[in-house]
Amino acid sequence: MSTATEHGNGPRIGVYVCHCGLNIGRTVDCRKVAETAAGLDGVVVARDVAYACSEPGQQEIKQDLLELGLDRVVVASCSPRLHEPTFRQLVQSAGINPYLMEMANLREQCSWVHQHDPEAATAKAIDLTRGAVARVRLLQPLKPEVLPLTQRTLVIGGGVAGIQAALDLADSGYDVVLVEKNPSIGGTMAQIDKTFPTMDCSI
Amino acid sequence: MTDVGRHPRIKLLTLSEVMEVKGYVGNFQVRIRKRARYVDENQCTACGECARVCPVVRPDEFNLGLSSRKAIYSPFPQAVPAAYVVNAGECLGHNPAVCARCVEACDKHCINFHMSDQEVVEEVGSIVVATGLETYDPTEMDEYGYSRFEDVLTSLEFERLINAGGPTGGELIRPSDRRKPRSVGFVQCVGSRSARKGKSYCSAICCMNTVKSTLSLKEHDPDLDIKVFYIDIRAFGKGFEDLYQRSRRLGVKYLRGLPGKVEPTADGRLRVAVENAAGGKVEFHDLDMLVLAVGIQPAGGTHRLQKMLGLQLTSDGFFLEAHPKLQPVDAATRGVFYAGCAEGPKDIKDSVTQASAAAVRAIRLMHQGHILTEPITSEVITEHCKACGRCAEVCPYHAITVDPKKKLPAVVNTAACAGCGTCAAECPFGAITMNHFTDRQILDQIDALLAEHSAEKVLAFACNWCSYAGADNAGVSRVQYPANVRLIRTMCSGRVDEAFIWHAFAHGAPVVLVSGCHIGDCHYINANHWTEKRVERVRKKMAKRGIRPERLQLAWISAAEGARFARVMQDMEDLRREVSAEEIAATVDLLAGNQAAAGTDPGKAEP
Repeated sequence: MSTATEHGNGPRIGVYVCHCGLNIGRTVDCRKVAETAAGLDGVVVARDVAYACSEPGQQEIKQDLLELGLDRVVVASCSPRLHEPTFRQLVQSAGINPYLMEMANLREQCSWVHQHDPEAATAKAIDLTRGAVARVRLLQPLKPEVLPLTQRTLVIGGGVAGIQAALDLADSGYDVVLVEKNPSIGGTMAQIDKTFPTMDCSI
Repeated sequence: MTDVGRHPRIKLLTLSEVMEVKGYVGNFQVRIRKRARYVDENQCTACGECARVCPVVRPDEFNLGLSSRKAIYSPFPQAVPAAYVVNAGECLGHNPAVCARCVEACDKHCINFHMSDQEVVEEVGSIVVATGLETYDPTEMDEYGYSRFEDVLTSLEFERLINAGGPTGGELIRPSDRRKPRSVGFVQCVGSRSARKGKSYCSAICCMNTVKSTLSLKEHDPDLDIKVFYIDIRAFGKGFEDLYQRSRRLGVKYLRGLPGKVEPTADGRLRVAVENAAGGKVEFHDLDMLVLAVGIQPAGGTHRLQKMLGLQLTSDGFFLEAHPKLQPVDAATRGVFYAGCAEGPKDIKDSVTQASAAAVRAIRLMHQGHILTEPITSEVITEHCKACGRCAEVCPYHAITVDPKKKLPAVVNTAACAGCGTCAAECPFGAITMNHFTDRQILDQIDALLAEHSAEKVLAFACNWCSYAGADNAGVSRVQYPANVRLIRTMCSGRVDEAFIWHAFAHGAPVVLVSGCHIGDCHYINANHWTEKRVERVRKKMAKRGIRPERLQLAWISAAEGARFARVMQDMEDLRREVSAEEIAATVDLLAGNQAAAGTDPGKAEP
């Protein structure tokens, strides 16, 4: 663990609270979340932004990273299952290890599920952002390993989809193993006479 | 189809099933069982002499039992490979005294009863799941009389009946008397959009399939009386509305309303009773034949494959994509892609489109010839390791080697480590760090979430792949639940250390939830078994120390179960309300007083 950033000079964290248009902004008081985050340990800057994932939103964050010398970022927006790759790429483009970015899920976990209680949704957003800041302080840079890869694909199922995938891969120069449980490929498609909308043969 | 058979880059394994998948993205080892064909695939010229002499007659599956075949047969005329196949279960056997007539009939000596099932292991970098569909069996919908009347057919049986390669050579006849029907009815949404029987979703293809069938029938016989009983006609695709209007112009009658009953008439026809929504009256239509537009269901082996590859399913039972808009053909498991109806009902065009997309996604992954691993893996702190072997025991990937006898400390094979974190949670000595989800990182997150009004919070751990995704699903579906829930994401529920739970209670959490994938659905093979055992263990310890074990809950929530996620959160809130301030304070005092006696050290493991 990089104790220098933990205890020595301290981390320099930027927090970005996304309105996601009205998706988050209608319910969660994003400005208040940002203001609260600004007072947390290690937070150098905290802003609310209209769309963090948009080009202007990303530019704003990147500019801060470079100009304010930030080394860790919290994006309080949507689910990390949606935009974690986006923001990891963003911090990487500013020369920061992508694993020093943490997200707080204000959309799927606050505004969309507590639509009728803006106050509680905002309190939760503040908590989740605080949790993300606590976590980002301790995150460590990580590096992926490079591993060899087998340039070969298994296609399970020899119906119209499996056939098409196998042919596209094979025609692009990749070896394919096509596994079909029946004695012939063709699947349901082979049983069909004509197909819509062109009324031509299926096989 | 024939292109597949002769493509130099495609290895075609028919009569084959995937038995086991090991490894990880870029380097999967796939064990495949190939059943014996008993006919040499390369030598057979499909002359058919063998079938001619075969004495065993069985229903032909390809024609859905509308015709028969022999025990040695060609699946259908355009089959690839074209070779014949022996159904060993039906064949009288290879003892010449019993039969073996086909062996004698085959000039090329292709038939070999000594062939046996084979197991092959293939190394691949990516996997495309294209397991297709099954059609709905309408037997349970007794009102339509599918099992009572010969002239009530499914849409797929009807396809075989009007197919030039089918049992009648494309001649449309009634199965009951082999005469040409003068009227045909179609019933839509059989097994689809139904709250009672079958499935609740729209199967997407049946409306257009019926429109197509009416046009085929009108080509056969322009005077044929055709009636379609429907709820809505969904002709949403390119060129679809045109086709629908053409069908109407040709005189096909579309009646809004699904039949309530089908009964026989004295002259051997079918009397369909239906409430026509246009007039609101019950009408009776006498028809020669009735076709049930059966819906699409997930293929039979879906669940088995799902477990094998650690995939997720939607509540409808189809494979769940990583993201509905941004990654519609990717599985959440890296290196696995979906094509066709395996992912959801779709027509041929959409299946082909998705298959091409899946191929490109696989190429995108493979084209550089190497792969970057996810660095979220575990690491052994050698000086703390006592070589007890616990980590190796719990690792679902056998990615840890340790020699307890020689006291050689554990070593993690980071290439094989998938990052569930079970080893770190189970290590009794704090000798394993789980990168990106270290003890300290998670404990600080707990502190932050409980910093204010801890007595009002429901603290929940959620695994990335199922229960956290279930929370996302609740969000996307706008299912509302109590706003005092605070979620902590780990990659797997197996990562949730005892210490995290004790720490939460010691810091004033009234209730704690550990949630993960359903047993059998774990993204990390079976890591959640350890979660289950661990939670049970902690609950016992809680009981022993006078802390009500109900305050710790375990729930399995899948990625598709947003509504269930919300219900579990409500249950947790109900539980929380039963925990008094005094009870919380007593627990805090107890745990602060004798943390060492808890057998855990919340602050362990962090260098």
